[in-house]
Amino acid sequence: MAVRKSTSKPNISANELLNYYKDMLMIRRFEEKAGQLYGMGLIGGFCHLYIGQEAVVVGLEAAAEEGDKRITSYRDHGHMLAAGMNPDGVMAELTGRVGGYSKGKGGSMHMFSKEKHFYGGHGIVAAQVPLGAGLAFADKYQENGRVTFTYFGDGAANQGQVYETFNMAALWELPVIFVIENNQYAMGTSQQRSTSSPDIYTRGAAFGIPGEAVDGMDVLAVKGAGDRAVKHCRSGKGPYILEVKTYRYRGHSMSDPAKYRTREEVQKMREERDAIEHVRSLLLTGKHASEDDLKAIDKEAKAIVNASVDFAKESPEPDLDELWTDIYA
Amino acid sequence: MAIQILMPALSPTMEEGTLAKWLIKEGDIVASGDIIAEIETDKATMEFEAVDEGVIGKLLVAEGTKAVQVNAPIAMLLEEGERSDAVDIDVTVAVAQPVPSQMVEIEPASIAPAAPAESVMSSVLVGPDWPEGTPIKQQSVREALRDAMVEEMTSDPTVYLMGEEVGEYQGAYKVSQGLLEKFGNKRIIDTPITEHGFAGIAVGAAFGGLRPIVEFMTFNFAMQAMDQIINSAAKTLYMSGGQMGASIVFRGPNGAAARVGAQHSQDFAAWFAQIPGLKVAMPYSASDAKGLLKTAIRDPNPVIFLENEILYGRNFDVPVMDDFTVPFGKARIWREGRDVTIISFGIGMQHALEAAKKLAADGIEAEVIDLHTLRPIDYDTLISSVQKTNRCVTVEEGFPICSIGNHLSSVIMERAFDYLDAPVINCTGKDVPMPYAANLEKLALVTSVQVVSAVKSVIYR
Ligand SMILES: Cc1ncc(C[n+]2csc(CCOP(=O)(O)OP(=O)(O)O)c2C)c(N)n1
Ligand SMILES: [Mg+2]
Repeated sequence: MAVRKSTSKPNISANELLNYYKDMLMIRRFEEKAGQLYGMGLIGGFCHLYIGQEAVVVGLEAAAEEGDKRITSYRDHGHMLAAGMNPDGVMAELTGRVGGYSKGKGGSMHMFSKEKHFYGGHGIVAAQVPLGAGLAFADKYQENGRVTFTYFGDGAANQGQVYETFNMAALWELPVIFVIENNQYAMGTSQQRSTSSPDIYTRGAAFGIPGEAVDGMDVLAVKGAGDRAVKHCRSGKGPYILEVKTYRYRGHSMSDPAKYRTREEVQKMREERDAIEHVRSLLLTGKHASEDDLKAIDKEAKAIVNASVDFAKESPEPDLDELWTDIYA
Repeated sequence: MAIQILMPALSPTMEEGTLAKWLIKEGDIVASGDIIAEIETDKATMEFEAVDEGVIGKLLVAEGTKAVQVNAPIAMLLEEGERSDAVDIDVTVAVAQPVPSQMVEIEPASIAPAAPAESVMSSVLVGPDWPEGTPIKQQSVREALRDAMVEEMTSDPTVYLMGEEVGEYQGAYKVSQGLLEKFGNKRIIDTPITEHGFAGIAVGAAFGGLRPIVEFMTFNFAMQAMDQIINSAAKTLYMSGGQMGASIVFRGPNGAAARVGAQHSQDFAAWFAQIPGLKVAMPYSASDAKGLLKTAIRDPNPVIFLENEILYGRNFDVPVMDDFTVPFGKARIWREGRDVTIISFGIGMQHALEAAKKLAADGIEAEVIDLHTLRPIDYDTLISSVQKTNRCVTVEEGFPICSIGNHLSSVIMERAFDYLDAPVINCTGKDVPMPYAANLEKLALVTSVQVVSAVKSVIYR
């Protein structure tokens, strides 16, 4: 069992790098637009944006194979886009319209796609962790060679059910990758105020689960760690833990005053550690793309997002009879 | 192409705000993420981020302007090389991003402006719980709850508060605002997100002689802690033959919030009310919130104290008294009437009182009773009311099956069968998980319209 901080990065082509750039930028543009629509009153309730954390899900999706599963918390828009779900359907769910992935009945926190093996979208902190191990249990049972990416936060990592799950996942050698998106805060509580021992990646040690700390602002580092985790799980060796160190730029949800950290702290992360800027400079300095190429990519992302907004506005509210459907199978 | 920057909503319920300050001027270059203005609502000052990049062509609203409508254009953003006089107003529209900079509760529904003092308060109100001539003040439910905790913590050093974000963050819904400063971190304790764990620790601390107040950020998350509440807190007195029990309060918002979907919007009143060994209080007004919470903290038993997010910001009359308490097991008649008895509790009272007002306009006089506590229940008050009116409708937000109303109907049938001129009707939320879509959510909730039609049906009109 190895517990370590990862450093090695994968060898990837210029084309792959360009794709990471596109995917991360797409998520950011989508989330910025979701923030705008919230401001206009078109999205209600809670809306948790993923801005700043894009490299985590894009790097790990790059390590996944067709048929692998994923499950996450309420901070889920980025995961859905990275899993290949349609921005139109995600945006329309945010506006509570029938064209949304849950016909408007789930909202920002609760979207699912059987087709893309995306199992939600869960609002109760850490409840998705045993669910993710359960998906892996089903895969192992069916001997289908799939792995499940189970995402949760640094705050969620303190829930008891996480450790019950670690034990069983190790005991039964379930093909599950526990991805802890450590963005340093759980709502207004910094990790240091909630956690007696901050290295979450070591917490599987007691159960014999290998763990790695990964730089989540570096998509290549995430991809490399993802490859190792996937290889481990798919070869039948049981679960793997990735603690991906990242940062959320926005408040916890749309109306969080975020007084628990300074403006400078956020600004510093944005300016010095931004994952999209990082890839952008790799592309430019490696001469894999020109400024104009990157501008065109941004323009395209914005066009896709704008089209999703049109769709989300035009899609009608669900039929009133929908109140009574989908309660029982 | 020029872009309009619009006044944003800071919550789905915000309609207007003050443009407090511009942080940029005409001609400045802005990029996505730059803070461009500060905007005030009645409770918060929010900073705004630009989303699009460009040059500020024109500020359309002067700083200091009050009552700027949401979605009104406040500035024009020009793209590279564009001139402000060339601006065509009807172009792409963008809204600056709200980034709150001062305290306001994190949860969207509670940012709704506090409603003015309840007009129903001035209708017939049987016996306020304070002596005549007591000075009163207007206070929100949120402030009343905080004052109750402050008073009890001041008088009893064994009382302490623990929960997620109760200290440094001042409470996710700001109920514990100022408490950390006042009592320090020995008594105001921020917990990790581990409901089952800290609920159990609090029950153990109660066995050990303390009087914990446990805040659940919302009662939806108390589901994680259900075992310690039911199997440890509620039963130990009985299992120990009376030797030891838990004097503990579990409190927090319960019931539907606004647009937060199925996992964050449900009323657990009937669940907890089923458990012997628990007491359950569910206040509607601010004075009841204060008086009942003080009683709950002093009670030697575990008390489930069900608050409501939508009610936190509402103002009511609260007596200015040294030690104002409201007893458990004593209902309050809010309005006397001869034609029908409407029984409710918590936010259901809002629908009950609204319905009574509409009914009065039709010449139907409803007697409206607030249960205050669901365990114990003041059966005598209900029964004598039903014996007078011969008709009864119950109102609650929870699910219809095995509801509080179902239980009341059964007791009324047993104890006042001969007095009933019509079957008792239970108005409840719909038998569905809470949907997100605005139109469906509206349909899922109990309404005063539903109560009015139930009353008309029991009086055969
Ligand atoms: C069981 C439970 N407790 C509390 C909450 C309220 N809550 C929602 S998100 C959150 C913080 C979670 O932080 P973290 O796990 O770090 O994830 P992040 O939001 O940073 O992505 C809290 C306390 C909840 N939804 N569920
Ligand atoms: Mg976090």
